[in-house]
Amino acid sequence: MAEPLADVFRREAGRCTATLIRVLGDIDLAEDAVAEAFAIAAEQWPIHGVPPNPGGWITTTARNRAIDRLRRESTRTDRYVAAHRLEADMDPEPNPELDDVDAFVDVVPDDQLRLMFLCCHPSLAADAQVALTLRLLGGLDTPEIARAFLVAEPTLAQRIVRAKRKLRDNHAPYRVPSAAELPSRLHAVLATVYLIYTEGHTSTAGDDLHRVDLSREAIRLGRVLTELMPDEPEAVGLLALMLLTEARQPARTNPDGTLIRLADQDRALWDRDLIAEGHALVRACLRRNQPGPFQIQAAIAAVHADAATAETTDWAQIVALYDLLYEVRPNAVVALNRAVAVAELDGPAVGLAALDAIDTALLDDYQPYHATQADLLARAGHRDAARAAYDRAIALSTNVAEQRFLEAQRAALGAFR
Amino acid sequence: MPQYLISVWHDDDYSDLDFSDPDTQRMATQVGAFNETLQQAGAWVFGCGLRSASSATVVRADDGDVTMTDGPYAETKEQMGGFWIIEAADLDAALDWAGKAAAACEGPVEVRPAEGG
Repeated sequence: MAEPLADVFRREAGRCTATLIRVLGDIDLAEDAVAEAFAIAAEQWPIHGVPPNPGGWITTTARNRAIDRLRRESTRTDRYVAAHRLEADMDPEPNPELDDVDAFVDVVPDDQLRLMFLCCHPSLAADAQVALTLRLLGGLDTPEIARAFLVAEPTLAQRIVRAKRKLRDNHAPYRVPSAAELPSRLHAVLATVYLIYTEGHTSTAGDDLHRVDLSREAIRLGRVLTELMPDEPEAVGLLALMLLTEARQPARTNPDGTLIRLADQDRALWDRDLIAEGHALVRACLRRNQPGPFQIQAAIAAVHADAATAETTDWAQIVALYDLLYEVRPNAVVALNRAVAVAELDGPAVGLAALDAIDTALLDDYQPYHATQADLLARAGHRDAARAAYDRAIALSTNVAEQRFLEAQRAALGAFR
Repeated sequence: MPQYLISVWHDDDYSDLDFSDPDTQRMATQVGAFNETLQQAGAWVFGCGLRSASSATVVRADDGDVTMTDGPYAETKEQMGGFWIIEAADLDAALDWAGKAAAACEGPVEVRPAEGG
């Protein structure tokens, strides 16, 4: 076979599951059916070759196996009837695919959208949204997801079971939200994908700073989103942000795994192709002139990517972008990141003043706040206060590479005594 | 069509409504208007405010013995102040109603799906 089956699975699983959920009206049934179809593919494709439309083949086979199963198992008959009735309630048009086993069921792009919005339903907690998205759209299995988030497998499995049950018990609809609801619902989807990306970019626990799989998966989902929703500039902004951040990956860690700050990175190692693609997307967003938080963050990343050296960074532009970001997202984290940029532009004392203006009650348990404060205090010459701030940051850090970096920064303060 | 319970919650026991209080009057008007929209949309099944939790009695039947205790079942501070049973096509529709309910009562509401449906 030209393409390994595992790769076909990862590529097609999300799309097939999405269509099967619509056809069968049940998430578990759809998941089981897709898994069965892939098992059959694993037997047949090596012999007969990969079919020209693998996704359609999987979906059709899965649908047929599911119907066979429903008709065989008497306990499931009620669910079959209920599913059919559910379909009738949800969609006034009759569903020919459900009964006509000769009908070829092809993947429908809209189904993936429906599934994304279902996985990121606002009634679910963020960690459940992430787990469901990775499972149903990403095609990752429970052990893979659990390992990626350093959560025990049974815990992760329960999280997914509970999330699916909640959606089913509450009769969550399988639809793309209406125009009125779309902005907030879309933001939940984008935020989930970004959460997956940042989890890959900086794992919150354990030894490795960078989980390649999750970052790649998030970018893949981001690409799917921009294909499915080409008129949503925030989706484009998210993809641009992830690409521009990903471009810096090769320069981000030392061989021993310790962190290298943006200012100290060897920019020759940055991925020029990803930067070019990110820049093109940012320019497309600017032409649209419908700014939003992900687009603005992407623009900030683009300004960094533009600078050949840290010294030539256009900090004035970055501060202006943070001002714009704060207008649409007036929260403490944005204010914190703005203060960092202000310090670069106007010096550490002004940066510290900007930090002081933030309501620190919100940031007291936020490691980057203390790390930033420590850095600015050190640069302003207040070494004792800086040491105390580094202590707080180290105590809050859950990532070993990060901890080592902060400890080194703290140790460097002592050298100047 | 599925049914949902939308319940109103207070952080501690509340006193019975005092209709001379302007805040109470405002909320009563808001809730009245909300109830009307529910009824007009065909979503209303039942709804009402409840007297304060201190007016409650807990009844238990063990082996044919019926016993009673004064006060609410929940020993926590939080108490239910009222509820609606609504009919809605799906969760999104129910949550939309719940948003309006929360605005009318100026407080948090809980949405729970009924069994079956």
